[in-house]
Amino acid sequence: MKIHEFQAKVLLSEFGIPVPRGGIATAPAEAKKIAAELGGKVAIKAQVYAGGRGKAGGIKVANTPEEAEKLAAQMLGTRLVTHQTTPEGVPVGKVLVERAVSVQRELYLSIIVDGASRMPVMMASEAGGMDIEEVARVSPEKIIRVYIDPAAGFQAFQGRKLAYGMNLSPTQIRPATSLMTNLYKLFQARDCSLAEINPLVATADGELLALDAKLNFDDNALFRHSDIEQLHDLEQVDPLEARANELGVKNYIKMDGNIGCMVNGAGLAMAVMDLITKAGGKPANFLDIGTVNNIDRVIAAFKVFTTDPNVKAVLVNIFGGMARVDVIAQGIVEAHKQMDIRLPLVIRLAGTNVDEGKRILSESKVKFIEATDFYDAARKAVEAAEGGGK
Amino acid sequence: MSILIDEKTRLLVQGITGGEGSFHTQRCIEYGTKVVAGVTPGKGGSEILGVPVFNTAEIAVKETRANASMIFVPPAFAADATLEAADAGIPLVVCITEGIPVLDMVMVHSYLRNKSTRLIGPNCPGIISPGKCKVGLMVGDIHLQGNVGVVSRSGTLTYEVVAQLTSFGIGQSTCVGIGGDPLPGSTFVDILKLFQEDKDTKAVVLIGEIGGTTEQEAAQFIKEKMTKPVVAFVAGATAPADKRMGHAGAIISGSSSRAKDKIAALANAGAIIAPSPAEIGLTMKKALEK
Repeated sequence: MKIHEFQAKVLLSEFGIPVPRGGIATAPAEAKKIAAELGGKVAIKAQVYAGGRGKAGGIKVANTPEEAEKLAAQMLGTRLVTHQTTPEGVPVGKVLVERAVSVQRELYLSIIVDGASRMPVMMASEAGGMDIEEVARVSPEKIIRVYIDPAAGFQAFQGRKLAYGMNLSPTQIRPATSLMTNLYKLFQARDCSLAEINPLVATADGELLALDAKLNFDDNALFRHSDIEQLHDLEQVDPLEARANELGVKNYIKMDGNIGCMVNGAGLAMAVMDLITKAGGKPANFLDIGTVNNIDRVIAAFKVFTTDPNVKAVLVNIFGGMARVDVIAQGIVEAHKQMDIRLPLVIRLAGTNVDEGKRILSESKVKFIEATDFYDAARKAVEAAEGGGK
Repeated sequence: MSILIDEKTRLLVQGITGGEGSFHTQRCIEYGTKVVAGVTPGKGGSEILGVPVFNTAEIAVKETRANASMIFVPPAFAADATLEAADAGIPLVVCITEGIPVLDMVMVHSYLRNKSTRLIGPNCPGIISPGKCKVGLMVGDIHLQGNVGVVSRSGTLTYEVVAQLTSFGIGQSTCVGIGGDPLPGSTFVDILKLFQEDKDTKAVVLIGEIGGTTEQEAAQFIKEKMTKPVVAFVAGATAPADKRMGHAGAIISGSSSRAKDKIAALANAGAIIAPSPAEIGLTMKKALEK
């Protein structure tokens, strides 16, 4: 799960990591007020769940409170399109008004869990700023990594290794080490999947500041961080994904095709999408319905399909293991009782309790096209979508 | 032969009294698995499905000589259950639970470094050695005893593949679901090693997915160590691009998390690539005829 930059900075502050002074504005007048309080030059930063804001005009500098108001008015209520967003962009509902700092050096600092070592890895580079991925490709030696043994935690020597490696000045070594220790504490305590400060700047006064910050959180750990879960801004998410999320359908990703897919298991869901493409069609979504054995999630998935105007046919492919086919079948029947669903429906069922599932469907009033295997299902769904739509 | 589990497996089920735990334990028993004990704290001394229940894994192992464990404990407690099994000296732990926090697994891996326990999963369908033993969720009757090993990151896609193999009369030595989590207990390489050493495994099916770099590591192993044919498929060629994990994710994995890069790595290593998920069985059939 993502949060906004200003929220990430609040968390960094709580863990003793210095950030520029600033405030959040939802209206131009608020931006003016915050700028006046801060005094001097301020940065106006659009709060969106996407990188590449700088190049896309989402970060501007204002010299006066009046200018801050004007710039905020230009950003608020618009949609920002960056290289990471869809062509429609993401809405700008808030701007962060921050005291501008005189930057001497731009550094990079991040923590992520590394699959190969199975440990959190902290990465630092003196080549911070916008093109860190390019640095990683061209001169990987400029990115220094330390692996953090979870039993020992982040150690001071590791901080020194990174700090000296970034060629910090002697007076910056201790503050940098303490900042890194605190960032790991935050990462650990709040179950982050990513903590990234890019850039971490050294100001003209030699102070270290997190000028930008990105924190992502492990969805699987949100059950123990309800305060973090509440920060999720559904305005930033695709409306259908937001609707799915609201209905309790978690593993749904919107795509641009016309076949609504309900599959159990992420790997199988991807394989079914591959087969739809092979059969000449396009999936409207990725959806791993998961293994929860209650009919509500199945009904909710149909609610999402019927909300998506692009969907011209629905493909259900369930190979029951943990998920029981009979429960899925009950869900399909119940969804058709509750809603007036006219979309052609292709169903392929196999696995745990398949006979019971097939009986439930055949004894119901649900009209559907039966498929014998998953490629058959993909072909029939493509055919149905072509016949039923446009 | 087979790998990891067979007729000698004596299974302990952690979380045996829960809904999913008891349902799938019963299916395992029906398949012929020797389920010797269950663990649910607070329910020690009782019995379910004819299996004695203990309060701790340690007592269960002492009383029943269990040598494998299957975990059905809810995500918030599953890491703890895994450590408990390892502490009780159980050599094989299969963690079915989906949704365990990644940092819990970091801690589990740290703890397991000094133990002899092999962990399969979490978030996996388990293991089956057809005709001998089943420790997991897979439907028993789609399997056929034979000589092809299957290793997969996906649960349900494995069922599809096994059903294809069986329909061609190609039996399986052992099918291992290593699970879809970012930090699996056992990797493709761990399982490929076992298949390479297993006399009764003549060929292997490997089913990968987008994300991470484990398929590339598997490719390296196949190139250097595997003498047996490997048929591979990587799901997700048409899936939405891996959700971006900031710059840090890109630095760690580069472009290697994409399906086409994984397929290229496996093909270069000599694996036979199945053209679609519907043709994995057929690809293996042709490979075996050569």
